Order: sequence, then structure tokens, then C-alpha cells
Amino acid sequence: MSITLENIDKSFGSFRALRDISLEIPDGELVGLLGPSGSGKTTLLRIIAGLESANAGRILFHGQDVTRLHVRERKVGFVFQHYALFRHMTVADNVAFGLDVLPRRQRPSAAEIRKRVGELLEMVQLSHLADRYPSQLSGGQKQRIALARALAMQPQILLLDEPFGALDAKVRKDLRRWLRNLHDELNFTSVFVTHDQEEALELSDRVVVMSAGQIEQVDQPQALYARPVSQFVFDFLGHVNVLAGEIANQRIAQRDAWIRLPEAVPSGAAQLYLRPHEVRLQLHPVEHAHLPLQVESISLVGAEVRLELRPCGWDAPQLWEVGITHAEYNGWQPQRGDRCFAVPDVGHLFRPDCASPGTFYWG
Amino acid sequence: MHKQARLRIADQAWVKWSLVSLALLVVALVLVVPLAIIFVQAFSAGAETFWANLTDEYTLSAIGLTLLVAALTVPINLVFGIFLAWLVTRFEFPGRKALITLIDIPFAVSPVVAGLLYLLLYGSNGWLGEWLMDYDIQLMFAWPGIVMVTVFVTCPFVARELIPLMQQQGREEEEAGVVLGASGWQLFRRVTLPNIQWALIYGVVLTNARAVGEFGAVSVVSGNIRGETNTLPLHVELLYQDYNAVGAFTSASLLAGIALLTLLVKSMIEWRQARQQATPAVRTDSH
Repeated sequence: MSITLENIDKSFGSFRALRDISLEIPDGELVGLLGPSGSGKTTLLRIIAGLESANAGRILFHGQDVTRLHVRERKVGFVFQHYALFRHMTVADNVAFGLDVLPRRQRPSAAEIRKRVGELLEMVQLSHLADRYPSQLSGGQKQRIALARALAMQPQILLLDEPFGALDAKVRKDLRRWLRNLHDELNFTSVFVTHDQEEALELSDRVVVMSAGQIEQVDQPQALYARPVSQFVFDFLGHVNVLAGEIANQRIAQRDAWIRLPEAVPSGAAQLYLRPHEVRLQLHPVEHAHLPLQVESISLVGAEVRLELRPCGWDAPQLWEVGITHAEYNGWQPQRGDRCFAVPDVGHLFRPDCASPGTFYWG
Repeated sequence: MHKQARLRIADQAWVKWSLVSLALLVVALVLVVPLAIIFVQAFSAGAETFWANLTDEYTLSAIGLTLLVAALTVPINLVFGIFLAWLVTRFEFPGRKALITLIDIPFAVSPVVAGLLYLLLYGSNGWLGEWLMDYDIQLMFAWPGIVMVTVFVTCPFVARELIPLMQQQGREEEEAGVVLGASGWQLFRRVTLPNIQWALIYGVVLTNARAVGEFGAVSVVSGNIRGETNTLPLHVELLYQDYNAVGAFTSASLLAGIALLTLLVKSMIEWRQARQQATPAVRTDSH
């Protein structure tokens, strides 16, 4: 079932939580709403569910206007951040709740309900916990029961609010993969909220990046990462190295640091964004760039070695971060305090007069 | 270190035991002995006199009125308390904080003052009372007035028990219920009520105890008509003023009995709650 949002606006008192949000989610898609806290992503999810009402705008499910439809009638599945399991009911009763409260005419027989609950618990691989109470479960188990409960009504839309936020890293990764499989198997339309960019990029078909109540960018994960449309999206999708300077004669420069741009750009103030993997390190400067740096710290854990670098003779808002392979590390053996030079491969130039960046390639 | 630890003041046996016996002595003098004397006095003229006093026409009528007041007050404040707690914990509205503070007014105001206020408002010379008189409705110096002031005095008990609990539990479970299609009544019956039931029973027990024992406010609006507007606490006073000490203590022993019963129920509920919370959270990780 597709979801269409048209010009959604929402205020809490004088605080404008959502500004003119329009979004189209096709049937069967898994969409991540990504943004920092206070960006309005949870509010948007709750408006889709009907737990909040928008001040203006329309919501359509499969082309049908549901804006005025009560949350009870929208028949969406909703998974809460803190699971919201009914604490005085057993796991089986929790999962059965949606079926139990159906009007008598539509309600399946008790035996039928029991069978359905059994199937759902099997699906989330927790059949052995049917008689437990929520307080006796671990976080990951609670989350899966919450999912089973939401899926009991066979919703065509599943909404998840920070579904893995309260879980530890390992459980989170497993559950993520499991949810993706479940989505592909049952083929509902899912929207989930997260502030974890890695989670959003890994799990979603498309990512909606939000900030301050507005949508910054909607794109597939690869496209989003390759071509962020704004500085905000750039900053939010992981670390960036920034050279803020003046452009003159096809060069961006700040004190000792400069980079020659491959094509002509109007002069004036600008910021060049470079991702950690879009920069190489060398012991000597190259012809097209002069970015002196000093090694500040070295992190060996992970697939690559991450170096934090302090600019020498110029300034950056944050330390630079560059990843090198373990092989490179072993060949070079850098120490804290060593000097080196950064060489850009790809850069994204932001100028005050245009919102979206220009991307440059060297070499 | 060890020696120092042993020298800590509270660890010395004589300090501990003298403090404990002092506390026990105070409790005995202030609480236990007076309570015991009520029963001793009530039975001082023998069980037959006790029974005769108990089955006295006016005493029976006082018991009846007291039960009537409690039977009306408790359900009224049960509904009112749940409604109020629901309102202030589930909705945001201007004046919400003020409302939470207002709930406590009956606790802050002396019951006598409360009685006087009602008398002033609903008495035959009062603002509303005069108007009611025209329709031949008398509230003060009759049982409806007694119920009204008792409701006023006891109205915070249920709400006070529920508000912190419902605030702490949040509304997520109710939201989960409504998303799953539950109607308002189903939500209340199957999600909200089971979560608050023990606090609710506790609130009811306290409301009942106070409704039965209220003296100050009731004495202002009752008019002390024997056999008509006399509740048990008022009856105790009347009998005592009649120099019928044994009779007074007989009625008092009834009230004391209700109080003891209340304490028993209260500690049973607390014990149950403590046991529920102590249920070990079994972690069986099998992701």
C-alpha cells in the first residue's frame, strides 16, 4: 500500500515541528527517516500512523485520503521505540491483543487466535517464551515480540520508531538484517525512524534526510552518499574534512593550504568538503594541492587505519580524518607528530550563492 | 581501618538498643496503649452492655448513616479520581499544573473550614442555598450535605495515588492498544486498569477510611440530629458528652476496628506490590 504525504504542517505551540512536508512512498518500499533529534522525523511517523494530527496537509494510503481517519481505523502496524508491550499480559496475550479486541463478528475463534499467535511467535523465533511476561525478556526479545504484535493484524503498512535504538550493537545488527528479510518476505510498506546514518543507509530502499522540520534530501542510499545535496546532509552522513577559504585564479586557498580546482569557478568565499576516503596521504605535496598536516592520533581497530590530523599553518573547524589501508600503514609506520600532506581525489565545493555542491575529480 | 569501623557510633550495642527501646516506648505510649484502652473501656461493663450499646437505636442509625456516606463517597471519588488522573497525565492543556496543585486543596484546608464553606454556600442563608430552598431542597443539616463535605475532604486520595504511577508508566501502552484497534473502553478495561489496579485499590481503601472517620467537616454541616444526621464519629462525641463513656467507647471501638482493618488491607496491598516488583527479570538471550 503506497503512502502519500501532501504539504504536511505541524506545530506544537509556537514550535513548528514540520514545515510543508510532501513525500511519496511507493508500495512495498522500505524507507528510513533519518535526522538528528528534534528534526521532526518521529512526529512525521506519528502523523502517518494517526497518533498525532497534522495542522495542515493530506495523507493518502493507496490513493485514499485517510487524513481524517482515526488511528484505530488506519490499520497500520506500529512498533514503539521502547516496545510498549502490555506489561501485565503474557507474550502470547500481547501478540493476540489486536485480534482479541476485534468486534465479535470479525473476531476469529479462540482456537484460531491461538494458532495465529503460535505462527507469529514462530516467525520471530520466540515460541518458547509464549507464557513469559515482558519484564522477563531481554531488549532484543521485546523488540521482536513488539514486531510480532504489530504484524498480527497483517498490516499493509508497518511504521517503526527508532526500532533498534535501545539495543546493543551486536543485537542491533542481527535484528536489522532480520527485519530486512521479513520486509522482503511479507512485502508490506515500511517506514522507520532512526538517527543512525549507518542503519538508515544499510536498511532502506530510500532514505529521507530531515532537519528542522524539513526534508533535506530523498534518495537511494548509494546516491545519497555519493551526491549529498546540502551541507547539512554532508555533515550528517559521517565525518567530512573541510577546507574553508577564498577562491581566486581557479584555486581555493587559506593561509598555507591551497588546492587547484580542475575547472574554473567564480571567485569568492567557499568551502571544500572531502570525505575521509576521498583523500590520500603523502610525505610530499603534489602539484595540484598543498595541505600540510600533522598526525594527531592513530586508530588501528577496524578494516582500515584511521588517522586524525591537525592542520599546520591553516585552520579547520574539526580535525581531519583520513583512512589508510593496513598495508599502507605498515609501509609508512607514521607516529604521532609526523608531518604529511593530504592529496584530494574527489571534492565537493559549497559556495554561499548555491545550495547544492559542485563535485570535482582530480587525477 | 577495622578498628575505626568498629568504633562507629551506631555499631555500639548499647546505643542501638537504647534507641530501639526508646522508639518502642514512645510507640507504646502514644499509639498502642490508647488503642488498647478503647477496647478495654468498651468492654469494661461486660460483653452484654457492649452488645446493648451497639444495638442501641441511635447507634444503629449512626452506623447506617456512616455506611451510606462511605457507600456514596467511595464510588464518586473513584470515578472522579480516575478521570482527573487520566486528564492530567494523558493530555497537555493550559492550567494542567494548576489543576494538579488544586487537587491537594482538601488536604491543605482544615476540614472545619471546608464544612463552613459548604454551609455558607448551600445553607438556607447561603447563596445557592436560598435558591435551592425555593425548590424545597435542603442539603445542609441532612445526609446529602454530609456526603458532599465527605466527598470534598476525601477527593484527593484516589487521584494522588494514580497520578505519579500513570505519569511514570506513560501513554505508550495505550497508544499501542489504540493502534491495534482497541476502543476507548477496551483500552481502559484491558490496558489502563490492570496497570493501575493496585494503586486504585489503595486509594479506595484510604478514601473509605477517611470517609468513615471524618469528623470536622461533617460536624459543621450535620446539625447533630440523633437518629437522623448523626454519623459514628459524631455519635461518639454525643455519647461522651452525655457521660455515657462506655457507650462512646463502644462506638469508638467500631471506628478503631475499621482503622485496623484498613491498615491490614493496606499492608497486604503493599506486600503484594513489593512481591510483584521483586519478580526476577529472567534474561534468556537467544537472539
